[in-house]
Amino acid sequence: MLEVGGILSWIHEALSSACPEWLTLLIEYVLIGVGFLALYALIALILILLERKICAYYQCRLGPMRAGFWGLLQPLADMFKILMKEIIPLLKNDKFLFFTALFLVIMGSLCTFGALEFSKDLIGIDFNVGVFYVLAISSLGVLGILLAGWSSNNKYTMIGAMRAGAQLVSYELSSGLSLLTIVILGGTMQLSGLIEAQSETWFLFQSPFTWIAMVIYLIAGHAETNRGPFDLPEAESELTAGYHIEYSGITFGLFYVGEYVNMFTIAGIGTMVFLGGWQPFHINAEWAAGFNGVMDMIPTWLWFFAKAFGLVMLSLWVRWSFPRLRIDQLLHLEWKILMPISLLNMLLMALWVTVLVPLFA
Amino acid sequence: MAEYLTSIDFAGLFTADNIVFFILSAVILVCGFMSVASTKLLRAATYLFFTLFAVAGLYLTLSYEFIAAVQLSVYAGGILVLLIFAIMLVKNLGTDTETISYVNKTIAGLSALAGTVFAFITMSKFRFISSEGANDAAAKVDMEMVGQTLMGTDRYQYLLAFEAVSILLLACIVGSIVIATKSKED
Repeated sequence: MLEVGGILSWIHEALSSACPEWLTLLIEYVLIGVGFLALYALIALILILLERKICAYYQCRLGPMRAGFWGLLQPLADMFKILMKEIIPLLKNDKFLFFTALFLVIMGSLCTFGALEFSKDLIGIDFNVGVFYVLAISSLGVLGILLAGWSSNNKYTMIGAMRAGAQLVSYELSSGLSLLTIVILGGTMQLSGLIEAQSETWFLFQSPFTWIAMVIYLIAGHAETNRGPFDLPEAESELTAGYHIEYSGITFGLFYVGEYVNMFTIAGIGTMVFLGGWQPFHINAEWAAGFNGVMDMIPTWLWFFAKAFGLVMLSLWVRWSFPRLRIDQLLHLEWKILMPISLLNMLLMALWVTVLVPLFA
Repeated sequence: MAEYLTSIDFAGLFTADNIVFFILSAVILVCGFMSVASTKLLRAATYLFFTLFAVAGLYLTLSYEFIAAVQLSVYAGGILVLLIFAIMLVKNLGTDTETISYVNKTIAGLSALAGTVFAFITMSKFRFISSEGANDAAAKVDMEMVGQTLMGTDRYQYLLAFEAVSILLLACIVGSIVIATKSKED
């Protein structure tokens, strides 16, 4: 009733009764693309409001209150303001690379966003190698950031880009390793398969090592979005704004949109691999049948968004609570703490799956 | 050559798959050419990135998702980022590179022509196999099969090669750490 699958199949039937097959497919592809872009922008708007409000509450302020009730229209006002701003051209820089960089950042962000599974039947990309695809495509952002920093022809952007490159390349390792730990537990790389494997119990409650993997993934994912305490690439007080300082108007806005949606994507992937994605919370016991039934009545997309926004809240909490790390502390944390732990954790998870689970089964 | 050209069914060329293939090939060819022809190093690297990305797209049209992801993560994500890091260490990056002498240009042009002619001769001698059977074989290659093949010790399985490569990689990691470590006296 509350699921979106019905609407989707209704659209499909209506289209295929009216058009030949190739036109139906074409229209559907275009619709899916437009739908994804709309959702992408919508989530960015929601996150901008959320960030401003939550940040304000952590600092004992009210945040935006004027535009609409409780400041709800503030992100729309921000959006129109930034859309109307002038894009200031730079005099001596490589224009082609300058705009390609922005394109790459948005493309990497959008392609990763497409791999999320929003509900039982709202799935964009579902490859056999899903987790690997996510790891591969999310590395496009690094390239964009490096090019942006260089092509702005400014020493602050260059330092910011170099820091971002070092940070993203390092933290990709431990986030990748913790995702692979879950692949070992789930026995598949397909994201829908991983979610299917959590239909009775979420991975979080299937093994103690999932907790370690989740904590490492959340730290590394948080670092990959370049947000505090890992916001060295765009440290305002040192580098004014880091790699996107020379971008103006909507080009600057798009960098921010990409960053905000990346935060949501990281939370969404964390939701899918640790917290069961769109799967309702179930207690795997006889006496809990009624409870499970009630949980099943909540629509699956609501489950997904609730969990993902829960993780986003965690990320905001961390952002506004910790001071910024120095570059050596940042690299020390990744290479000497997180990565050894995640390698060991992966080994332990393999032992858990191959030795311990068959022992007690 | 003429026999090869007449054997192509031009009317059947414009299926959805083929149109996607043509677009991707156009991107590969144009960006590949631009990456060689561009006089600015970083631009050349960016064009190379688009070429590699479009090749990943080609693998996807063949539903070789694993190879596409490998292409993205190894070439587009790994090697190209490394390349750009290396390029950024170069002096006078913004200016054009040196112009190439005519002798070199002529030799390069001739070898490119020879390669093209060689490819056409090969194509006209040995036909492509029909795509239906190939697609079936491709559809069956999933992660599990790749893993079993890499980790098995049976015939057509590659555990020894896999381990040899991992030891090589380990040696590279240790070597790079040794090179990067500053000695105390410095």
